Amino acid sequence: MPPTDSTAVAGQPAIRFENVVKKFGDHVVLDDLNFDVQRGERVTLIGPSGSGKTTILRLVMTLEHLTGGYVFVDGEPLTHMEVNGRRVERRPKDVARTTQKIGMVFQQFNLFPNMSVLENITEAPVHVLGRSQDQARTRGLELLDQVGLADKADEHPTRLSGGQQQRVAIARALAMDPEILLLDEVTSALDPELVGEVLGVLRDVAKSTDITMLIVTHEMQFAQDVSHRVLMFDGGSIVEEASPDVMFTAPEHERTRAFLQAVL
Amino acid sequence: MDWWSWDRAIEVLPELLVAFVKVTLVATVIGSAIAAVLGLIIAIVRRTAPAFIAAPVHAIMEFIRMTPIVIQLLFVFYTFTSVDGMTLGVIVLGVHYASYMAEVYRSGIDAVPKGQWEAAKALSMSPARTWRKVVIPQALRTTLPALGTWVISMLKDTPYLTVIFVVDMVRQAENYGSRTFVYTESITMAGLIFLAASYPISVLLRRMEKRLATY
Repeated sequence: MPPTDSTAVAGQPAIRFENVVKKFGDHVVLDDLNFDVQRGERVTLIGPSGSGKTTILRLVMTLEHLTGGYVFVDGEPLTHMEVNGRRVERRPKDVARTTQKIGMVFQQFNLFPNMSVLENITEAPVHVLGRSQDQARTRGLELLDQVGLADKADEHPTRLSGGQQQRVAIARALAMDPEILLLDEVTSALDPELVGEVLGVLRDVAKSTDITMLIVTHEMQFAQDVSHRVLMFDGGSIVEEASPDVMFTAPEHERTRAFLQAVL
Repeated sequence: MDWWSWDRAIEVLPELLVAFVKVTLVATVIGSAIAAVLGLIIAIVRRTAPAFIAAPVHAIMEFIRMTPIVIQLLFVFYTFTSVDGMTLGVIVLGVHYASYMAEVYRSGIDAVPKGQWEAAKALSMSPARTWRKVVIPQALRTTLPALGTWVISMLKDTPYLTVIFVVDMVRQAENYGSRTFVYTESITMAGLIFLAASYPISVLLRRMEKRLATY
């Protein structure tokens, strides 16, 4: 095992979906889904709404309960594992240890309105990671500077524009030094003129870090620019998988062509 | 004007004020504190505890809300005979109103968007920390006006303490009447003192509400 990360298993993918099933009641959202995301890889999920993309991110963040199959993070089981041929749930404490490596940015930002911008960013580093207030503050201000909001540290989130709120949410997720970052339609709730500033920040993050990213977006240009690989989903399964250059210029499948034609 | 004498009204005032401070005010302040804290605990328990704990708690709260406070006062007074009436009265008021405040808190907690819980989870915040730093502060903001209404309601319920022989302001007013055979002034003054006490509470609450509203 690498000395730097006691829980990671060398050579394992950052995320692995193995025979994943997700149902909401009788409605099957994901049916026997298998795919890997390698470490440092940026993978974008595209496809029509209702195809299960967001559910995939929410399963990785453990915001949804896994109906069947297994998800692995760094080779470790996330919420369920196999013991003596039986599928059992992992202890919440163990799950929490794994999810600490994962950060998420939401469509609706979900900043805490009762805290200042900086408090939003420093809360978890101080109280989850055990960093000192000073350390967390310094890093928080650095991140705010990186997302172009250094002057908003003491502002309350509700006084910021949607684009600014989302940039704070990105800084907040990065403050936890995640190995994996999940981006769930992060520009879908924004006015069109605010989309650019958020994508700009994410392009910088993609360029300057080696964080593994799993992205759900309708911004195809952004997907093409930042991802290593694109997965086209429909009806809860992968229709096509390709590099962005191939996916956006010469998709193989009729379903992908139709989808891209509709959104581009 | 022989049915009203200002002299009597002024004469009765001191003893009414003493009874007000010693019983009405003390019972309302301590009772509200018990109700506010216990109500919040109940609301959290009902939301987080397993059913075998949450269900009985719910049943007890329903029972308390659906029986008169006078019955509860009498029951407790004649069951726990070694404790003095004022102490028991304050506890009964607190527990009684906790059952109402728990409902208020519950609606406030339910009103906190799901996204707030999810963001806290995505940041690996512990459930306790999420409640304390994210959910409760936001829930309080929406519940404060309703909680204040219950405090005023409790203030007006303090005369029930007379059933367990606590001499509150209203009983004091009656005592004055039975001494002098005139009741109008003393009862009226007691009513005016209630009004004078309720009004500042509502002003205070409105001010707190405003302060909490400025995120």
